[in-house]
Amino acid sequence: MKLLYRLFRSSLGRKYIMGVTGLCLFAFVVGHMVGNLQVFLGPEAINRYAHFLQSTGELLWLVRLAMLSIVGLHIWSAVVLTLENRAARPVRYTQDVFYGASYASRTMIGSGFVIAAFVLFHLLHYTVQVKGVNLTGQDFTTFETTLKNGTVTHDVFKMMVVGFSNVWVSLFYVVAVSLLSLHLGHGIGALFQSLGLKNDVWTPRLDRFGKVIAWVLVIGYASIPIAILLGYGKEALK
Amino acid sequence: MNLTLKVWRQKDANSPGRFETYEARDVIADMSFLEMLDVVNEELIAAGKEPIMFDSDCREGICGTCSLVINGIPHGGHRGTTVCQLHMRHFQDGQTITVEPWRARPFPVIRDLIVDRKAFDRIIQAGGFISVNTGGTPDGNAIPVSKQISDKAMDAAACIGCGACVAACKNASAMLFVSAKVTHLNLLPQGKAEKDRRVARMVSTMDEAGFGNCTVTGSCAAVCPKEIPLDMIAKMNRDYALAIFKGE
Ligand code: HEM
Ligand code: FES
Repeated sequence: MKLLYRLFRSSLGRKYIMGVTGLCLFAFVVGHMVGNLQVFLGPEAINRYAHFLQSTGELLWLVRLAMLSIVGLHIWSAVVLTLENRAARPVRYTQDVFYGASYASRTMIGSGFVIAAFVLFHLLHYTVQVKGVNLTGQDFTTFETTLKNGTVTHDVFKMMVVGFSNVWVSLFYVVAVSLLSLHLGHGIGALFQSLGLKNDVWTPRLDRFGKVIAWVLVIGYASIPIAILLGYGKEALK
Repeated sequence: MNLTLKVWRQKDANSPGRFETYEARDVIADMSFLEMLDVVNEELIAAGKEPIMFDSDCREGICGTCSLVINGIPHGGHRGTTVCQLHMRHFQDGQTITVEPWRARPFPVIRDLIVDRKAFDRIIQAGGFISVNTGGTPDGNAIPVSKQISDKAMDAAACIGCGACVAACKNASAMLFVSAKVTHLNLLPQGKAEKDRRVARMVSTMDEAGFGNCTVTGSCAAVCPKEIPLDMIAKMNRDYALAIFKGE
């Protein structure tokens, strides 16, 4: 009980929650990117992968539930911490110098909220497949394909190509992954700090690792809508 | 050189404050910032006006009493320098300089540029000590401490508790201060016995005082006149995690 109290009510405890949930979300976005990049291996590869994920049944829902609680905890602690931080500094200086503080580190809540808004849109767009939000006039739920082994399944490849051929959807996607990269460029280094896993030797290494991964993520994710806008996938769909 | 100063004036904790403009004439480059203020104050007193109140004591960068925010940066933004050691040669003739007190809810302004830093004292009272009987003069070599540990503990012990870390942090977080004290005492054999209790109590007291939370911006370490590094906070985070999992 005391442990839970310390975790949820103390400043450092909430930073552990922030760090652990941030680490989980980070692991998820890396995995999700690797999965998505299979779009470049052609329709069969990505559709087989998507079919495999869909066929995991209860496990899929377990993961979804876990993700929901992780996101919930991350946002809850982000909001609580940010409100406390504002209350602790009621008077600003006449000049906002932010000496020694990077842009990314000062805008975590802002980048976070845009990411949250994007995630909501993204789920409606590709998971729930609400026709109204995809701006193409097509109904993604009707896209079907047959895998090489004869299984009839949802045509995720076509959904991605059609979905990203809308410039506005792609633009929002690229903006969101850029902000995700900004968030994680600071967040990865920060999470190791929050969890107490840094010292004078590991601080520069982990910070550099965070920056590199942040670039890998933005390039990996943004390459998909950009390639599709440049014409990738049109051939394969014919 | 001649300077224009915009200084925060406030009668007491309950009165609203405002900026007043003063001219500092014939400032010598070798003066410290505080000596420059002394000269301005002498003129104010001679003219029958209230002098500008500010904190200072040792004036050699070791006591942590001086506490001014200069052009938005606590201690003025020169590496490893307290404002009492900041020399006027860093400023240009004709420059306008704003001088403000530390800004943080747990550090209320008492008068002009003086803030109440008792919140730091409460944190120290909560765990910034060791409870051992010192007895007679102990043999300096009786308890061996490795060079690595003693260096790290010494780096942490360099903290003079001025509060610039809090003043610089956009969240008014005291974590660099608390982590320096925790690191200093928790690393050494004399402080190890109370390691878990110390960190738990100091962090609780810090939270109760209303300091903000660390978002790892690094402003604190950047302004620290003793250059306490940011990874001290990681050490505190580690010690606190171990302490609460052990039931503290
Ligand atoms: C895929 C989505 C996200 C990922 C991968 C992610 C990742 C991270 C990571 C790794 C950290 C560093 C944790 C630490 O400082 O210990 C962090 C911090 C933070 N995140 Fe997120 N995050 C995501 C979404 C969000 C959302 C939706 C919000 C807000 C509504 C948000 C707000 C914040 C804030 C404010 C911090 C800094 C908190 C602090 O240091 O006190 N994040 N995030
Ligand atoms: S007056 Fe002692 S440190 Fe500045």
